Amino acid sequence: MKKLGPLFTSLPLHLIIILIAFIWILPSVGLLITSFRSSAEVASSGWWSIFQHPFNFTCFTLENYHQVIIRIGIGRAFLNTLFITIPSTVIPIAIASLAAYAFAWMDFPGRRFLFVILVGLLVVPLQMTMIPILRVFNKLGLAGTFPGIWLAHTGYGLPLIIYLLYNFISSLPSELFDASSIDGAGHFQVFTKLVLPLSLPALASVTIFQFLWIWNDLLVALVYLGGTPNVAPMTVRISALVGSYGQDWELLTAAAFVSMVLPLILFLSLQRYFVKGILAGAVKG
Amino acid sequence: MLYTKKYTPWLYILPAISLLFFFLVYPSINTIYISFFNYNSEIWVGIKNYIYCFTNEIMLNSFKNNALWVILFVPLTVFLGLIIAILVDRVRYEALVKSIIFMPMAISFVGAGVIWKFVYAYRPASAAQTGILNALRAALQLEPLPWLIIRPWLNNFCLIVVGVWIWTGFCMVILSASYKGIPRELLEAARVDGASEFKVFWRIILPLMKPTLAVVATTMTINVLKVFDIVYVMTNGNYNTEVIANRMYKEMFIFRNYGRASAIAVILLVLIIPMIVINIQRFREQEGMR
Repeated sequence: MKKLGPLFTSLPLHLIIILIAFIWILPSVGLLITSFRSSAEVASSGWWSIFQHPFNFTCFTLENYHQVIIRIGIGRAFLNTLFITIPSTVIPIAIASLAAYAFAWMDFPGRRFLFVILVGLLVVPLQMTMIPILRVFNKLGLAGTFPGIWLAHTGYGLPLIIYLLYNFISSLPSELFDASSIDGAGHFQVFTKLVLPLSLPALASVTIFQFLWIWNDLLVALVYLGGTPNVAPMTVRISALVGSYGQDWELLTAAAFVSMVLPLILFLSLQRYFVKGILAGAVKG
Repeated sequence: MLYTKKYTPWLYILPAISLLFFFLVYPSINTIYISFFNYNSEIWVGIKNYIYCFTNEIMLNSFKNNALWVILFVPLTVFLGLIIAILVDRVRYEALVKSIIFMPMAISFVGAGVIWKFVYAYRPASAAQTGILNALRAALQLEPLPWLIIRPWLNNFCLIVVGVWIWTGFCMVILSASYKGIPRELLEAARVDGASEFKVFWRIILPLMKPTLAVVATTMTINVLKVFDIVYVMTNGNYNTEVIANRMYKEMFIFRNYGRASAIAVILLVLIIPMIVINIQRFREQEGMR
């Protein structure tokens, strides 16, 4: 398959692929370059004009980042996002791995029924749940607080995480469990000493997934946290900026890039697990 | 299997089950219930909220736009994902191209919204264009276009392009794995027998990938019915770009009409239910539980 004959027959193929890749990456390149240009230059010329003087580095500035991180408060929002994301990733995965293990390797009445319901819950739109939860949150004082959104993300994340982990844990060879049974190990020992270590690849996949999902979430944060600067994550703050700083592209692009740095690093370094997670969720499921 | 005490399984699943009940099952039932009440859930109004949903002009427009999203977004993402998956399989720099196409999946829709709003940036013809699309038009001596304002087709199409940019990578990754699962000998044999590339694609690749294509298409349909962030960030539903999920958010938070917001949520659920049924059937078919 690799050799498709002489170069001139495969040239159109290369051109098409490179054109597609170029179109795909171009908007992001524009964002990155603009975030380093001064406001005067952003207002007077397009970002591509820097290629007219490719070695003139004086036109780049870090001023926009200073502005958005300190003055506009994206720095604070970054910390909020981090503070929302980490517990909202760890808690559901801990709870889900216990449940996935029970669904896979224990027999109990209603197991199949509960699992079918779980599969159904996978696609219930979050909109169906927001008003009643918000009312309860208001009564309990959880609205606008971090523990509130941790709980909400935990509840929302569980169906998919249980489902993915179940797929993995249930495919472990049953001899493992027979041997442990003879050795006299109990469920908790098997779970912590055997199942969890063996499930590391799957756990890595769902962790990256859940982490990115929460990091990038807008709707859940809008509903349960609102826009108060001391709790609002970057997505909420940036979407508000789009309204108030609509034409200050150097600031918007810098703010957007701050919100993308961590996901991009994770994505580039752990792409393999990311892809595996998607395949486990979509193809096997 | 290990010896299991009667109560042990419940220790393991109870935390999950109770959270699922509190955050998904109970609220969903409650939402259906309050969709039959007025804005603060005190007065029973019967199906008045639903009548509103199906007669109000903005609501009808939202349905129309969501339909447009389904009609354009789903085939575009699936088709582009498939074509790219097949094309890049033939070049050495496959991994690099795939990373580029897949990258938008890692960033937020809000970030993608900013990126594309900048692509569509519009200034009067007298000023220098800083958005790349209007700069291209200026280079071709054409008037700049306010892409996100021209209704009803162009602005909706421009929003859908953003969705396609984000999700094509997702489709590509899944379809690529499925394509690589097709035995190469099968394709080679067909080529040796004189089948054209087009025929190989149409008669062998497509039929073999049909189950995966169906999975990807249903996933994309669910996504698109719930589309919210892109519209919220880029137009907030102005200029005839409203969609169901953004309307629900507005009824809930701007107008504080919980009855109508709940009715919209229920309608969204009803639109997605066929997908739930397909999901459960698929689960039963593959006989997930031993």
